[in-house]
Amino acid sequence: MLLEVRNLSVAFGSVMRPVQAVSGVDLEIAAGEIVGIAGESGSGKTTLCAALIRALPKAARVSGEIRFDGRSMHALSPRELRELRGREIAMILQNPMTSLDPLFTIGNQLGEVLATRCDVPARHLRDREVELLRSVHMTAPEERLRQYPHELSGGMRQRVLIAMASATAPKLLLADEPTTALDATIQEEILVLFREIRDRRGTAIAIVTHDLGVIRRICDRIVIMYAGRIVEEGSVASVFAAPRHPYTRALLASIPVLDGDRVHVQSIAGQVPNLADLGDFCPFADRCPIAVDQCRAQAPPEAAFGDRQRVFCWRAEGIS
Amino acid sequence: MSDSHIVGATPSSTIPWLERWFPSSASAGGQPPLPIVTCVCCALLVVAAIFGTWLAPYPKEAVSLGDSLLPPAWQAGGTMRHLLGTDQLGRDMLSRLIAGARISLATAAAATLVSGMFGVLVGLVAGYVGGILESVAMRVVDAFLALPFILLALALVATLGTGFGNIIMVMVIANWARYARLVRSEVLTVKQRDFVTLARIAGVRPLTIMLRHVLPNVLNSVVVLAILDVGRAIILESSLSFLGVGIQPPDVSWGLMLADGRTFMGFAWWLTTLPGLMIVFAVLSFNSLGRWLHVRFDPRGQL
Amino acid sequence: MAFYFLRRIGETFVTLLLITLLVFCLTRLTGDPAALLLPPESSEASRQYFRVHHGLDRALPIQYVTYLRNVAAGDFGTSFRLGEPAIEIVWRALGPTLALAGLGMLLSIFIGVPLGIAAAASPRPWVKRLVGGYSSLGQALPPFWTGLTLVMIFALWLPLLPTSGYGAPRYYVLPALTLAISTSSAIAGLTAANMTEALRSDFIALERVLGLSETRVLLKHALRNASLPIVTYLGLQFGLILGGAIVTERVFAWPGIGQRIVEAILTRDYPVVQAVVLVTALLFMLINLLVDLLYMVLDARLRT
Repeated sequence: MLLEVRNLSVAFGSVMRPVQAVSGVDLEIAAGEIVGIAGESGSGKTTLCAALIRALPKAARVSGEIRFDGRSMHALSPRELRELRGREIAMILQNPMTSLDPLFTIGNQLGEVLATRCDVPARHLRDREVELLRSVHMTAPEERLRQYPHELSGGMRQRVLIAMASATAPKLLLADEPTTALDATIQEEILVLFREIRDRRGTAIAIVTHDLGVIRRICDRIVIMYAGRIVEEGSVASVFAAPRHPYTRALLASIPVLDGDRVHVQSIAGQVPNLADLGDFCPFADRCPIAVDQCRAQAPPEAAFGDRQRVFCWRAEGIS
Repeated sequence: MSDSHIVGATPSSTIPWLERWFPSSASAGGQPPLPIVTCVCCALLVVAAIFGTWLAPYPKEAVSLGDSLLPPAWQAGGTMRHLLGTDQLGRDMLSRLIAGARISLATAAAATLVSGMFGVLVGLVAGYVGGILESVAMRVVDAFLALPFILLALALVATLGTGFGNIIMVMVIANWARYARLVRSEVLTVKQRDFVTLARIAGVRPLTIMLRHVLPNVLNSVVVLAILDVGRAIILESSLSFLGVGIQPPDVSWGLMLADGRTFMGFAWWLTTLPGLMIVFAVLSFNSLGRWLHVRFDPRGQL
Repeated sequence: MAFYFLRRIGETFVTLLLITLLVFCLTRLTGDPAALLLPPESSEASRQYFRVHHGLDRALPIQYVTYLRNVAAGDFGTSFRLGEPAIEIVWRALGPTLALAGLGMLLSIFIGVPLGIAAAASPRPWVKRLVGGYSSLGQALPPFWTGLTLVMIFALWLPLLPTSGYGAPRYYVLPALTLAISTSSAIAGLTAANMTEALRSDFIALERVLGLSETRVLLKHALRNASLPIVTYLGLQFGLILGGAIVTERVFAWPGIGQRIVEAILTRDYPVVQAVVLVTALLFMLINLLVDLLYMVLDARLRT
């Protein structure tokens, strides 16, 4: 198992009334697997991602265990951590428009990564840069190297970022909302790119997104988060076909459906709870159509359904 | 395995927007508390300026050649009669420092006030009315701002002359442009806001809009600039006085005291160090106050 | 980009024109320029002659045009104290002032920028507070007082350096240090603020997440991005250094334009005052133009 997360919790703010961004998350990602981490804003998915490479703000209080390739992430010294980053675990941040330094050319920034993280000698640098851009299907690569980020469109910038992240053939690539800021057609191309990276290099990919369509397109497995907790997990095929958690059902139902020339949009009533008010109860209870008293009295335990599929719901049996 | 411990990342690993969503409790929208020390210092200076003549032990011109160049009381040769020593004419340093406070602060305050009012007026009208008026006004502002402060002041002194009143005028002419520029850019922002548009549509007279709606919103940053300007004004006035083209005797200014004491400073350190320290003290106090005001009332404002 | 630059030159020209207008108005403020531009003891006859000769009895706009023509030709009048054209006096004095200001500026950058970087990058809070304190204090110190105190300590109490004068390198030490203290504190504060802001950028976060070394992140990426506002500020700062130099020159008897203008004011030698103001204005505008050009070189976004 490439990545093992046990009972991860992340809290911010005052100790008396902490904001619980992530609560008791267990997660496993196997080598070469593409996992989609789904949820609304505030579900904790980005925090989780940041926690995996220890990129949380100083004020964060983290507990739990993260093991990458058998090694405990906590135990790493700052030097070892820096070594790991970029080489074995890479990440793409949320906004492609601002993730590149505006004052340096693409070639310069790519070259930086290649030289310092992949130890490419200076004489091979340019060729490797072109090669890298080609591998992410960038048009006119030689020209791009001379250009500055502001001269590139969002899609092209995202390709550059993917190139930088995959340059070292990392074992795990974390992508935070990789397609959210892009047009629909470009989205498709980027997703295909992720698939290629996995197929070619065996890189495991974790895609954090609120767009279920993206997950359905390329992910093998899906993890659904709500208010900092995992509520359901399983293979994309089984979860999409037969969702067991009421929240998952509601999410799938809320995908806009075209019916002739009318669009049906079904939204979920209510709001995400305040992350400072969580406790030993199901966080979805107030919005859940089938909630019972037990849901509000105690946090639901994990219910496993074989093939790494699990749900956190008192009423799980009854639903499917 | 699951004991809670503060892992925290290495200091260099923060993803910026995460920190915005979850600020640490320390920075969670707290306003900086009132800086007591700064306020006390500023208050002391103001009190000294206003009530100085009654507090000072001696009148500022009281010459006493027999007591000349006495060191401060704590040094050998000093006396309790002259706590901070005397100058070459036997005049009491403490009294002169207090008298200097009066002049320097009065000059700074008057200059700041008048240049502020004039600059705000120009900036307000230029920003609100726009068009040719604004372009011309701003070009003139640029011209004034293009010259180094002190150079402009010197040129003005050459024409207008020295002395208390003239110096204030000089400082006003040298400084109003800063307010004009600040106010005009603020007005441009405020002009876009809904309540102004609504007032215009409702047919309210432009003058009323300017005074009742736009001006109050702009005043915050003006006040901040003004307080910070007091420091600048004090330095400018003392520089001019030091050069001999500012406050003239028998008026007392810290800058003037420095120029006077220069010849003897090799063996009478208090003649130059004490007035200098007063200047630094005054500037630091007002700057500190201005900075607090800036953070508290106008954090996103430009200065 | 060429268009932007042309526009800037145009703006500079307009501002210069306005400054000449300003100075022109100053000389006319007192009502009788002849009284200003001639020695105080001159007779009414010579004044009248001067008025006619210089067209001072003509209409104001015509006077202004004549005046502009003279200024463009470098004729600012003749110093009656020294008997030579004012422009010559200023020209001779420009060298020492620029040398001093230049040295002061360099020193300030070498002191201020590293301090600012240290303040932004260091995890230790005392470093930030120290630099912040230096920044506040340095800007509150009037240059003439700093100069005098330095003279007091290093030239009078410890006879290490000369008290005043111009010539060998050792004469430069105290004046340059005086200027450097007030300017480096401002630069340190500005650098710290801009570096802190730059370090919060998304691309810096990405670079760290990809494992680039902190030195590289700091000195290559953060500094370059932070330096843009600093470069703009340096242009402004040069104006302040010139101002500081003027006062400092009096403290150290430095034969620069500061000395000249103060002497000129004290002796009512107006042509020299006029010459200093206009030449300094021109210089200042040129520096700002250069800074703008530098800015364009540094920031690729402005070039397209």
